[in-house]
Amino acid sequence: MTSSLRVRAGLVSIVLLAAFLGIWHLATRSTGATTTMSPEYAKLMGLTATQGKSAMPGPLDVGAKLWEHVRRPFYDNGPNDKGLGIQLGYSIARVGIGYLLAVLVAIPLGFLIGMSPLLSKALDPFIQVLKPISPLAWMPLALYTIKDSSVSAIFVIFICSIWPMLLNTVFGVASVRKEWINVARTLEVGTIRRAFTVILPAAAPTILTGMRISIGIAWLVIVAAEMLVGGTGIGYFVWNEWNNLSITNVIIAILLIGVVGMLLDQILARFTRMVTFPE
Amino acid sequence: MTDKFISIEGIAKRYPGAGGATTTIFENLWLSMARGEFACVIGHSGCGKTTVLNILAGLDAPSEGAVIVDGQAISGTSLDRAVIFQSHALLPWRTVLGNVGYAVSSKWRSWDRAKVRAHAQTFIDLVGLTGSEHKRPSELSGGMKQRVGIARALSITPKMMLMDEPFSALDALTRGTLQDEVRRICLETGQTAFMITHDVDEAIYLADKIFLMTNGPGAVLAEVVENPLPRDRGRTDLHRHPLYYALRNHIVDFLVTRSKTFAAETPGHDPRHVPVVQIGKPGLTIAAASDEPRQTWMPGSNPGLSA
Repeated sequence: MTSSLRVRAGLVSIVLLAAFLGIWHLATRSTGATTTMSPEYAKLMGLTATQGKSAMPGPLDVGAKLWEHVRRPFYDNGPNDKGLGIQLGYSIARVGIGYLLAVLVAIPLGFLIGMSPLLSKALDPFIQVLKPISPLAWMPLALYTIKDSSVSAIFVIFICSIWPMLLNTVFGVASVRKEWINVARTLEVGTIRRAFTVILPAAAPTILTGMRISIGIAWLVIVAAEMLVGGTGIGYFVWNEWNNLSITNVIIAILLIGVVGMLLDQILARFTRMVTFPE
Repeated sequence: MTDKFISIEGIAKRYPGAGGATTTIFENLWLSMARGEFACVIGHSGCGKTTVLNILAGLDAPSEGAVIVDGQAISGTSLDRAVIFQSHALLPWRTVLGNVGYAVSSKWRSWDRAKVRAHAQTFIDLVGLTGSEHKRPSELSGGMKQRVGIARALSITPKMMLMDEPFSALDALTRGTLQDEVRRICLETGQTAFMITHDVDEAIYLADKIFLMTNGPGAVLAEVVENPLPRDRGRTDLHRHPLYYALRNHIVDFLVTRSKTFAAETPGHDPRHVPVVQIGKPGLTIAAASDEPRQTWMPGSNPGLSA
């Protein structure tokens, strides 16, 4: 029953994809010779003018270009012409570093706040004000103080991924069941051991959910951040190709951003499953 | 009573209420138990039974008074006093062995893994869960979960066990079996036990002494009923004992009517010297040896004497 459902859902997905590609192809294909002009002039004007070809690339153009990128992902022909693998690598590295720094700060801090009602109340106004600030709003301040565009991008990732993790850790730690804490208390388990053997495993699913939200936001923000700081990364690639008017490359970049984002989310989802316990 | 293994001395619990008033759950509560004794507390919801148990466990602190266990005033929780929780309170991310092992390794911090495991296994076997060591709590039935809770409490070889309605969430059949197990284990190990229950028959079957508490707020310990049934009583023929109905009626009457009216009807009630009720004729009474004269035959119409 479930397997047949999966098969049918897969079929519908394929049909939808085929329909989308088909409509895309039809909408952007050449309509044949539109005007007569001298061959030299036609060459100058390009297919858009002579064949009625849309300026938007079709799926076949994108596919061909994608195949080129896949065959040579790591070439480096100078600052404005690097392989997609290199550009994605830069972006993933920035997200990775900023995100890990945020984990190192948010989880211990979340533990402290979650375990202390005083800290929780005292820090709440700061968190409430800092949380809704768009991470890109920090960019000028980061550039001014850090004076390095690449590190500023990492800082922006750090600041945007810290809040969901922090808030989820606080919530997870503060809402550990009283009876589990009481078990540890009656067994005279010390504070540190209690934090690691009771509170951490009990709060882990909530913490991991926060981490999963964070990685999604970090991946959203890196594209925008790299458009601003420039130099390297998939965000810069998108902007650079827009300046080159290579819509094909922009579409490919959009597709890859989606795929990488999905993979990052799936990795965190797997970790979440590992720490989730049935009640 | 000369041997006061546990002595609750004049404890009170008050909570700040609305508008600066304080709500008194109970005050001036005195209660004592001898070593190896099994005591049950019966009373309606809200009379502070659970609070008394939490204070005994050290999870809660009294607003006034002290609790003395084995000659020492308690402060906070202790591995000497194991608690069996109503909701079993197993750690769901640990296996059966992991849950019992957690308690064992908390008590004996220097033990290596193999020793902890072997010790935990002994107690898992004792409660009849051999073969389920590697299951997680979510894979166990309610009765099995509570068995793990019992194994966990026993595994730290406590001086006393505190049970907060441990079987109330179980079906009647499972409850019966677990009552048998708890009674067997307590008799075999000479464990001192303090149990809260709503179930009159459970109290009659398990307890040597039954504490009757009046309704809260302002609850008091009204009577201590000594169980006249023989120590080797069985669950199946309990009701055939000649004193069974007298005892049961006495407790039920208390719960139905006297728990509400006790304070008004007994103005001279001295919480330090709570009457001890012994059901049955003097000759038949199976009571703890005492050199003091006792109130005998049938419900406590006037205060008996106890120390």
